[in-house]
Amino acid sequence: MGQTIAEKILSNSAGRVVTAGDFVEAAIDVAMIHDITGPLAVKTLYEITDRVWDRTKVIMLFDHQVPADSVDAAINHLELRKFAKREGILNYDVQEGVCHQVMVEKGHVLPGELVIGADSHTCTYGAVGAFATGVGSTDMGVALASGKLWFKVPDTIAFNVDGKLARRVYAKDIILTIIGDVGINGATYKACEFGGETVEHMDIANRMTLCNMAVEMGGKTGIVAPDEATAVFLEERSVDGDFTLGSDEDATKVTRRYTASEMVPVVAKPHQVDNVVPVTDVEGYHIDQVFIGSCTNGRYEDLKAAAELLEGETVARGVRMIVVPASRTEYRRALKTGLIDIFTDSGALVEAPCCGPCMGGSFGILGPGEVGLSTSNRNFVGRQGSPWASVYLCSPATAAASAIDGVIADPRTH
Amino acid sequence: MTRSKAHITGRVWKFGDNVDTDAIIPGKYLVLNSSQDLAKHAFENVRPNFASQVIKGDIVVAGENFGCGSSREHAPLALKDNVGIVIARSFARIFFRNAIDIGLPVVECDTTEIEDGDILHVDLEKGKIYNETQKKEYTISPFPAFIRNIIEAGGLVPYIKNRAQLKSREARELETD
Ligand code: SF4
Repeated sequence: MGQTIAEKILSNSAGRVVTAGDFVEAAIDVAMIHDITGPLAVKTLYEITDRVWDRTKVIMLFDHQVPADSVDAAINHLELRKFAKREGILNYDVQEGVCHQVMVEKGHVLPGELVIGADSHTCTYGAVGAFATGVGSTDMGVALASGKLWFKVPDTIAFNVDGKLARRVYAKDIILTIIGDVGINGATYKACEFGGETVEHMDIANRMTLCNMAVEMGGKTGIVAPDEATAVFLEERSVDGDFTLGSDEDATKVTRRYTASEMVPVVAKPHQVDNVVPVTDVEGYHIDQVFIGSCTNGRYEDLKAAAELLEGETVARGVRMIVVPASRTEYRRALKTGLIDIFTDSGALVEAPCCGPCMGGSFGILGPGEVGLSTSNRNFVGRQGSPWASVYLCSPATAAASAIDGVIADPRTH
Repeated sequence: MTRSKAHITGRVWKFGDNVDTDAIIPGKYLVLNSSQDLAKHAFENVRPNFASQVIKGDIVVAGENFGCGSSREHAPLALKDNVGIVIARSFARIFFRNAIDIGLPVVECDTTEIEDGDILHVDLEKGKIYNETQKKEYTISPFPAFIRNIIEAGGLVPYIKNRAQLKSREARELETD
C-alpha cells in the first residue's frame, strides 16, 4: 500500500511505518516560537526540565506586537530575550518580520521535515514540502523539553487544481474558493495536499498563500510536493533537501478537483472565512480601511500585484490603506523596485514588517461599525478590533482596486 | 482518574457552531499569560456577561467545530479556572489538543437538545451525560487510550513527568540488577 506525503514524513520522524489514524511519537526537526505564544511555552519547558533539547533546532522571533506596543508586550519580549540568551537559540527579535515568512525565506524549513510552530499558520511551510503544523504552548513546551511530540497521523485530502488562472485571479482566490466549497470544518484534522497543473506552475510565494489557509478549513497541515521550483528556491538559500518526495499513486486519499480557468476574484464576507462569494456580489460595498500584508499575502509578489493597480492612482478619500510587507527582505525588494514609492505616492501608509492589523492586537485597529478589507486569513468577530466591526478577505489586487474606488471593487475592471 | 475529575455537575452556557478562538479570548488579551487574568475576558465579545456570572464548575456546551482559529492556548486557559468541562459536537483540532494538554476536560457528544441554563451531570467513567433539567441521558464518544492516559495524568506535562520518573526508576532498577 502506498503512502501519502504526510504518512511518509511522519513515518520517517516516528522511526516506523505509520498510516492515517495511527498515534505516533515523532521527532521534531525545527520548532518556532514568537512573542505571543512563546512565554507560555517557555514556562511549560521549565516545568519539565531546565534546558532546551537542542538549541540549534529552535527559532524565535517577535512579530505580533512589534515594536512593543504596550508594557505587557515589552515584558513578554524582555523575558523571551533572556530565554534565548540563556539557551543560546537564534532570536531574530523584532527585526525580520512575520514568523512564517521568515522561517521559509531564511531557509529554516526543508522538504520532508517535521516542523512545529506555536502558531496556527505554521502550515504555511508545506509550500516547501515540509509537514508543518501549529501547536499550543504546552505542546511546544513539551517539544522544547524533549524534541518529541505526539501526533495522530492525518488522512489526506488532495486538492487538484488544473488550468490557467484568468487575469487578476490569484492563489488567494483559489484558496478562498476551496474553503468556500468545503467549509470552515471541511478538512478538520486532514493533511491538505495541493497539486495539479496550476499549483505545479506556481512559485513558492503563491504556494505559501495556499498552504497558509489550510488551517481555515480545519486542516492539520497544507502541503505541496517539492519539485524543481522548491529546489531552486532552496538553492538560493544554500540549503538542500529531498525533492523527490510525493504521495504514491496508490496512497489512500480523497481527491477534489478544481478548474483554475473557471475561478473569479472572490471575497470572504464577515464573519466566517467560508462565507465566500464572487467579488461582483459585493461590488460597491462601503469600506473604511484596506490592509495589504500578513503571512497570507504580504510578500513581494503580493505587493507587486497591488502596486500594478495603484501605480499613478490615489487611495480614495475616506479610505485608509495600510501596507505591511511580511518581512524585511520583502520590504527591501519592494523598496528597490519602486513599489514602496507607488504605495506612498498613492496615499497608503507603509509600516515596518510585522503582523500589523491582521490580529487586531497591535495597530490599525477597526472601530465599532467600521468595515475593513484585508488580504489576511481571518475575519472572525473582533479579529481586527471592535466586535462591531466587519472584515472582508480578498486578494491584494482586489484590495488595491477597492482602495482606489473607495468601495469594494472588481480588480478586472482596472 | 480521581472522583472529582470523573464527575462534573454544572449549569450550561450554550453556544452555537464554529465558536472561534477570537470569540473565546480576543487577540488583544494575548499579552496576558495567567488563567486568572484571561478568565476575566472569556467570551467578552460574544457573551459579555459570561466572565462575571460564570460559576466554578459551569459547563460550556457548543455545536460543531468549537475552538476553530488560532493556536492560542490562552483560549482553553481562559476557561480552565471556571469551566468544569466543554461539551461540543466536534472540536477544532488545535483547541482539542490544547485543552487536553492543560487538563481542561473536553468531550464530543450530540448537543442539539441541550439548552442554555440546563443542569448537567457528566460521568466520565460511565461515558454518560445526565440532563437533570430535561431528564434525558446522552452517551459520550470514548477517547482513544492514548488520550485517556494524558487526561488521567491531568495533562501533558504531568504525563511526561510521570513517564520520565518511570523511566529513571526503570533505569535505576536496571543498574542495580
Ligand atoms: S500575520 Fe496574522 S495570521 Fe500571520 S502570524 Fe501574524 S497574526 Fe498570525
